[in-house]
Amino acid sequence: MTDLTSLTLAEARKGLAAKTFTSLELTDAHLNAIEAARVLNAFVMETPDQARAMAREADVKIGKGDAGPLAGIPLGIKDLFATKGVRTTACSKILGNFVPTYESTVTSQLWRDGAVMLGKLNNDEFAMGSSNETSCFGPVANPWRRDGSNTTLVPGGSSGGSASAVAALLCMGATATDTGGSIRQPAAFTATVGIKPTYGRCSRWGVVAFASSLDQAGPIARSVRDSAMLLRSMAGHDPKDTTSVDIPVPDYEAAIGKSVKGMKIGIPKEYRLDGMPAEIEKLWSEGAAWLKAAGAELVEVSLPHTKYALPAYYIVAPAEASSNLARYDGVRYGLREQGKNVIELYENTRAEGFGAEVRRRVMIGTYVLSAGYYDAYYLRAQKVRTLIKKDFEDCFAKGVSAILTPATPSAAFGVGEKGGADPVEMYLNDIFTVTVNMAGLPGIAVPAGKDAQGLPLGLQLIGRPFDEETLFSLGEVIEQAAGRFTPARWW
Amino acid sequence: MSTATHKLLKGATGDWEMVIGMEIHAQVTSNSKLFSGASTTFGGEPNSHVSLVDAAMPGMLPVINEECVRQAVRTGLGLNAKINLRSVFDRKNYFYPDSPQGYQISQYKSPVVGEGEVLVELDGGRSVTVGIERLHLEQDAGKLLHDQSSSLSFVDLNRCGVALMEIVSKPDIRDAEQAKAYVTKLRSILRYLGTCDGDMEKGSLRADVNVSVRKPDGPLGTRCEIKNMNSINFIGQAIEYEARRQIEILEDGGEIDQETRLYDPNKGETRSMRSKEEAHDYRYFPDPDLLPLEFSQQFVDELKAKLPELPDQKKTRFVADFGLSAYDASVLVAERESAVFYETVLDKLASRARDGKVAANWVINELFGRLNKEGRDITGSPVNAEQLAAIIDLIGEGTISGKIAKDLFEIVWQEGGDPRALVESRGMKQVTDLSAIEKVVDDIIAANPDKAAQVKDKPQSLGWFVGQVMKASGGKANPQSVNDLLKSKLGI
Repeated sequence: MTDLTSLTLAEARKGLAAKTFTSLELTDAHLNAIEAARVLNAFVMETPDQARAMAREADVKIGKGDAGPLAGIPLGIKDLFATKGVRTTACSKILGNFVPTYESTVTSQLWRDGAVMLGKLNNDEFAMGSSNETSCFGPVANPWRRDGSNTTLVPGGSSGGSASAVAALLCMGATATDTGGSIRQPAAFTATVGIKPTYGRCSRWGVVAFASSLDQAGPIARSVRDSAMLLRSMAGHDPKDTTSVDIPVPDYEAAIGKSVKGMKIGIPKEYRLDGMPAEIEKLWSEGAAWLKAAGAELVEVSLPHTKYALPAYYIVAPAEASSNLARYDGVRYGLREQGKNVIELYENTRAEGFGAEVRRRVMIGTYVLSAGYYDAYYLRAQKVRTLIKKDFEDCFAKGVSAILTPATPSAAFGVGEKGGADPVEMYLNDIFTVTVNMAGLPGIAVPAGKDAQGLPLGLQLIGRPFDEETLFSLGEVIEQAAGRFTPARWW
Repeated sequence: MSTATHKLLKGATGDWEMVIGMEIHAQVTSNSKLFSGASTTFGGEPNSHVSLVDAAMPGMLPVINEECVRQAVRTGLGLNAKINLRSVFDRKNYFYPDSPQGYQISQYKSPVVGEGEVLVELDGGRSVTVGIERLHLEQDAGKLLHDQSSSLSFVDLNRCGVALMEIVSKPDIRDAEQAKAYVTKLRSILRYLGTCDGDMEKGSLRADVNVSVRKPDGPLGTRCEIKNMNSINFIGQAIEYEARRQIEILEDGGEIDQETRLYDPNKGETRSMRSKEEAHDYRYFPDPDLLPLEFSQQFVDELKAKLPELPDQKKTRFVADFGLSAYDASVLVAERESAVFYETVLDKLASRARDGKVAANWVINELFGRLNKEGRDITGSPVNAEQLAAIIDLIGEGTISGKIAKDLFEIVWQEGGDPRALVESRGMKQVTDLSAIEKVVDDIIAANPDKAAQVKDKPQSLGWFVGQVMKASGGKANPQSVNDLLKSKLGI
């Protein structure tokens, strides 16, 4: 039965409906795969009992014919999502064994639609990282390796566990979050599909906050269609999150296979970086050619403030994070390190509970919000953000339907290879993705090819606000042209 | 702005003037908290009114309570202030266990209400207008309990997240009396509006007072802020003490340190809490979890149309409609409950045009006098508005005299009951029937021939006869009828 794990979500849905197999069988196949793949460290918490109970319930519903759109589909949940009764840590020591009494809106919608929870997935601590190396549970291994090499590579981050688990066939799809590229970069590193929807499309309620104005949940899946199916369940207005937007969620799957003929696709010249690897350049041209072949029109566009996006992002995101993470103080839940007085209790708890990268960002954020520095840093970064947003608006105003860019400046790298001496080296991973968060736009990463060492590479499509459908239509074109990629099993 | 002469303090180098500004924290009257659905009920078991949002659990988000916004706008309208159709919530970052989020959600650069003003009445018909700088909404903090254990402190989050309005005055206040009158007036307006219960003992209304001194009309001095006062009298005492402390320092050639101070009512002095150097850097920035607060002018207009009559308007109306003195009208409108009581009496009167002023006298002199004597307030009055109106009606229609009315009031106070029925059953009715009085008059004249003879030369001694007749009738005879009858019988 192990080949059940290689089905796409769409194929599994068909099989379940036809009663070719049960959700319990499908779930067990994945639980076995998870057990066999512990070396990847993708899951930080396995919930087999809960998974089987949910699968049985789904089977009953399928039998009665009142199955939800995701009935019986086993998923993995990024540990940033609060799951009722199941430990939720954001992969930070400071949350300790925190068990929420509540379920995040996004996951509760997945369960409403019949999905099965396999467990919680590893991520960078508080989603701060691009390699999943900052997790308190240790790094996640990418199921992909360079041709002929045993070097363990990172799956990207911060949703490294999600991407690794989906690529390694441990779950049929996973929830993820994206603040600066945390869905799209790991998707690109693992040949999976990841979409960060428009800011406000998914509720942030019950998702551990990193940077509130940038955080957005989305799925990582094995095909464009699968990601469309998952997003439909995850998205929707939530009165508990006033930044979520009250507009209907379309049937995203209907966009798959829709013609892209006549669509204007922007190629932003500012994304052609100096020293960009030739294979990335080549992949980008290929992607453009595929869209052209499908009838789209390619136009060169300019997003002049792109170069300021990364520095501005590393002001805005840490600023918000420094405040969002203030609640982890050892007083009410999670880790507590005693001190002689309350100040010492704070200092000891936070010094012990937060990892180095989180501490760095909290300090940067505290600094840029301080009296005397606020105007020079935070306020300016917000102005830059407005300009970045306007760049995109101007571009869309000219009739551009979507923008095509590389997803990452390189393929996956080795564990411990980057950012040791200079954190900026790691931050540069998000160079193509942060602009999208700064502008609040939807962006999808789709596998498009491999580099010379056999590692997957992805392309990114950026859409108009709340027009995820166009991204699915275009993403499908790339997927059809490039094919799908599965890593050779070594674990 | 001031039309009042204010108090100056005498120092060794001459007179000093106080410059005072206030920040009033008023707890908004609402069923649930500013950003969560938890109850605002006072006095629950510790931590029984705490939602996931209040406890700052991971992933929780604030959602604005629209009722609190309405209350803030209504208050702004009551302060004749500019209402900002767009305002922004900011985070004020600081660590303290009474603030689980690690920040307070407040409004920093863009408050919901802008400039306004309050007319403050002082003794002797003087008044002063105090400018309002702004009003903004913010979260209250929880409460630390240090007396539950010798080694640990506990925290009660029931109050955490309850909506506060911070009402910031301009530095228009010039002495302690004005400061006390300002708080009293503001409290009255809030209570009329029903936007804050004004209960200072429970901490629903607290004041931070900024005090500085200067030579009259000289440049402003350095100010000190006295934090968190919850008694109008303490505010007055603290200002006096603080101003004298500053004058002493300045006259000794010293300088005032800008600092935050606390008032100790037991010692009657203020003491330093933290200096400017120790002041927190709150790192304010717009709360990314909340969209800017926006509403339409129509929303404001609808609230304005439904605003209750406020003390100033009510006072003007009482003076115009019932001929009350400005002073009496102020006494009646100072507390919302008193005004409501007076107006209920008016509603029950047979003729408010005839007896409106009498009713005011009765409420102020008889009722308030009696209540004060017994240390009760109007809500616990044994005589209700309907009963008092009946008593006043009985006087107005001539059924009882003013003197009998006081006896009747006492009976109603002690025993309760319908005044009209009491007058009947206890035979307290005034006798206006001439034939009934005539007999008494005749008897008294016949019994006192000397006096009857004298009265022709000394008409002022008629009063003695009137007294005798009233006494004989048990006070029920109509004094005017007795007078007329006596005059004609005695031939004067």
